[in-house]
Amino acid sequence: MCTASRLLSDQTIAAIEELFPCYPTRQAVVLPALHIINQQLGHVPPQAVEELATLLGLAPAQIQDTLSFYGFFKQDKPQGKVRIWFCHSLSCAARGAEELLEHLCATLGIRPGQTTPDGMFTLEAAECLGLCDGAPAMLANDTVYTDLTREKLDQIVQSLRSTAS
Amino acid sequence: MADLRLTIDGRQVVVAQGATILEAALDAGIYIPHLCHHPDLKPVGICRLCMVEVAGRGMTLACLAPAEDGMVVKTESQQIDKVRRVALELLLVNHPGDCLTCAKNNRCQLQRIAAYVGVSPQRFARLRRTEKTLPPDDSNPFFLFDPNQCVLCGICIRTCDEIVGANAIDFAFRGFQTMVSTLSGRWVESSCVSCGECVVRCPVAALVPKRYQQPQHEVQTVCPYCGVGCTIYVGIRGGRIVAVGGDRQSPVNQGRLCVKGRFGHDFVHHPDRLTTPLVRRDGQLVPVAWDEALELVARQFDQYRGDAFAAMSSARCTNEENYLMQKLVRAVLGTNNIDHCARLCHSPSVAGLARTLGSGAMTNTIQDIAQSRCIFAIGTNTTAAHPVLALKVVEAVRRGAKLIVANPKHIDLDRHATLRLQHQPGSDVALLMGMARVIAEERLYDAEFIARRTVDFDAFRASLERFPLEFVEQATGVPRQHIVEAARMFANHKPASILYAMGITQHTHGTDNVLAISNLALLTGNLGIPGGGINPLRGQGNVQGACDMGALPNVLPGYQRVDDPQIRSKFEAVWGCTLPPGPGLALTEMFDAMLRGQIKAVYLMGENPLLSEADAQHAERALRQLDFLVVQDIFLTETARLAHVVLPAASSAEKDGTFTNTERRVQRVRKAVDPPGEAKPDWWIICQIAQRLGASGFSFSHPQEIMSEIASLTPIYGGMAYQRLEPQGLQWPCPSMDHPGTPILHTQRFATPDGKARFVPLDYKPPAELPDDEYPLLLTTDRSLYQYHTGTMTRRVEGLEVLDGQERLCINPHDAAAMQLADGQQVIVRSRRGRVMVRVKVTSSCQPGVVSLTFHFAETPTNVLTHAALDPVAKIPETKVCAVRIEPLDGPPQPGLHQQITDTTSCAGR
Repeated sequence: MCTASRLLSDQTIAAIEELFPCYPTRQAVVLPALHIINQQLGHVPPQAVEELATLLGLAPAQIQDTLSFYGFFKQDKPQGKVRIWFCHSLSCAARGAEELLEHLCATLGIRPGQTTPDGMFTLEAAECLGLCDGAPAMLANDTVYTDLTREKLDQIVQSLRSTAS
Repeated sequence: MADLRLTIDGRQVVVAQGATILEAALDAGIYIPHLCHHPDLKPVGICRLCMVEVAGRGMTLACLAPAEDGMVVKTESQQIDKVRRVALELLLVNHPGDCLTCAKNNRCQLQRIAAYVGVSPQRFARLRRTEKTLPPDDSNPFFLFDPNQCVLCGICIRTCDEIVGANAIDFAFRGFQTMVSTLSGRWVESSCVSCGECVVRCPVAALVPKRYQQPQHEVQTVCPYCGVGCTIYVGIRGGRIVAVGGDRQSPVNQGRLCVKGRFGHDFVHHPDRLTTPLVRRDGQLVPVAWDEALELVARQFDQYRGDAFAAMSSARCTNEENYLMQKLVRAVLGTNNIDHCARLCHSPSVAGLARTLGSGAMTNTIQDIAQSRCIFAIGTNTTAAHPVLALKVVEAVRRGAKLIVANPKHIDLDRHATLRLQHQPGSDVALLMGMARVIAEERLYDAEFIARRTVDFDAFRASLERFPLEFVEQATGVPRQHIVEAARMFANHKPASILYAMGITQHTHGTDNVLAISNLALLTGNLGIPGGGINPLRGQGNVQGACDMGALPNVLPGYQRVDDPQIRSKFEAVWGCTLPPGPGLALTEMFDAMLRGQIKAVYLMGENPLLSEADAQHAERALRQLDFLVVQDIFLTETARLAHVVLPAASSAEKDGTFTNTERRVQRVRKAVDPPGEAKPDWWIICQIAQRLGASGFSFSHPQEIMSEIASLTPIYGGMAYQRLEPQGLQWPCPSMDHPGTPILHTQRFATPDGKARFVPLDYKPPAELPDDEYPLLLTTDRSLYQYHTGTMTRRVEGLEVLDGQERLCINPHDAAAMQLADGQQVIVRSRRGRVMVRVKVTSSCQPGVVSLTFHFAETPTNVLTHAALDPVAKIPETKVCAVRIEPLDGPPQPGLHQQITDTTSCAGR
């Protein structure tokens, strides 16, 4: 039973409940529900796992099973407003991704897996994004960026910073 | 269905339909290496070790493939060896090779497989061995989880899911990082119930008890805790209990145990055990020899023969001891003033069901519950109070049964419920009659059953007019559509079983509650059939037996009435005495009689009324007024501290006898270890006192002889004899030595004189004390899984204290916010009768306006608050409902105050 105030907003709960008819079991709702929570909170802390478990009639450990299988969900603290997935797989690497990633790290002042102190950016080194034809490529939240260069990266970071703040 | 015949390694094997190849082989004594298979669990085929070759099909996993008629199976071939060896080596790569010092040494499945398959040192040395240095989780006081030892077979996870239903653990992470984990990684912070079912099934040393020694030998006996009466094997080494395990052959628990039953036996060897008789001299209890104590007791008892004497018998003592106690009281001391704690738990069940069905016990068996299509659990927090029986509820739900849970609090069982009704404490009659009304109006009842097997249906039906749904909704706080839904669900899923416990009985209208349950079961024809029934879950280990043995003021053994002259003369002839004709006083009436000076001497065996009685200060004042109080117990309880003489008793692990569990199964209790010091079995002590009072008929040398006398005088126990109780016990009624016992009651006729069951018209009566302006909150009492009754045993088990070692007042977040109470804050809870100081636990498990406490903790004696208003029929106090208020304590917690408060509340003045 939850004792402290609730983490999941009414809106989030409603959005999750809307998924119920779309899936054969409550277990199947777990992954999309985690995405909805991640959108609201920027991460899925243990209390949110417990609340989701109660909502779905599952055990917290069962939710954690699914959640921890994917590297996508953070639990300790919220991700940045913009989460950048920078591809470092073969095609991108062959076209200079390593060097570009270092440049991006220097620009943001963080290493892959970290979040900027202002909470603006989280940088992740991604396995193949399936964008080999546009290598080097990255994903910022849901937007795809291809054929990256240093200049392009600088522009993108700047515009992301201005639109996100 | 015909059996299947298959050939395994050239041998003909016969197996039942539905078995897998692995089961067929193991049954036939043919070993196939396997890690993730467990006979209690569904097969998953994770470990890939049980590979076999099936003719015409090739390599097959034996644990997943169903055996087929004519199948030809090979368990050894070059190909199998190759595949199996790879699977094994991949496990060994990540497994610490510390077998000699490992807790599972010689009992490890991986070790066995490695030995069977054979691993060459050269190849083993070449394997890429990975450092595994994950931190073990030792948060649980009873067992250790070491992920480095884990082979990821998932047996623990499936056990927690399929058998326990707690789902505390699951796989976490992926790939090489995969491990078994709770949400937080610390087991105590999860929904783990510490039952240890995963520990006993773990094939390796990933889950091991923290303290384990291989026993020298094992003794089969019955768990000393709740009325489920699980059969256990007690492992002994050097005269001490070193391990406890469940009996897999037992029809009661199939080897399963709860945390108390598996890990809660330390109290037996606790240094606090009483080891010598104590006599009060100059206000102090001083040790004396048995002779002196017994002489003193007999001399004193002799002066108080007749109704100045009363005895409180014990639901933790054996049948034989309860039989002797009531025989002593009736035949030697000449009074029917005998009762025991059943008065405080199921006296309304005995009174109510005896009236409607003719017998006040669980009608069906524990195993039967798994066959139900609908289970209605009302007023029972089953997973906390009867944990192993709750596993049957989980099993039924897993088989597709509907589960309706009605409880004023949110309880753990809610997670498995199809429908949850959170009604107001004390509104049970309204809820049950409301459901009955829906069933009657919608004609969902079993008309044929009602016509053939019941009487008084019309009067009952007319009384339903008094329960319009608007009224029921308002009285119970349960939305009308839920009441209708519950009624339809219950009526439309036959067989349906009703489980209930103290939430039903501990009310001023407890008997009415039981009658309402009886009405509902009769209405739907759910009696006398497998999977149906009315199942009152008995609290203490032998509370059923203590009732059966006549440790009650109105009945002799086997519920034979004391006011029936024919019955009396039967007993008088055997006992050689004249029996008092009228019923004696009930436990709850005895205290008033003590205060009036009517009862002057009390013999109290294995009870602790100072904590267990409603309005406990009243009970204490009464006991303090006695001329002579003898307390016989295994510990110096709060009550024993008031005694003039304290007699040290043997625990159930230290004596022979029988317990009767909640499903009426009489089972053998066996001596496993010697009692400490000079402690003696209760039956020996009673016999000694009786003999010193000059009585004959108390010269028994073994409890077996007492059982013979019981059988000769008690028709429902007529066929009970120790040799017949091997190995699984017998369920009463068992009237003769060739009778097989009775698993399900009332299959042909009811135990009433005309063989028919009775409907009873009912009225709604509110609880005796409801919240008002002065005391605005309703206090209800409940139980913790980790403690038992007044805590005399469980509070002396260190690990249980770690898991739940202090009282918490549960309060709804809204109420807490309104009173500005924070979680963990100390408050005073005050009722019209007393006050206790406790810490607050803010939880939505309580509905607004309702708070709850357990009564396990002597330092916060909840029962000084509760109300001793009695049910007029069963004389049970209303411990489930009273009015309280909460007074916050300003400033930091004051350590001394606890003591001060309990002291003031426990002194004579109010």
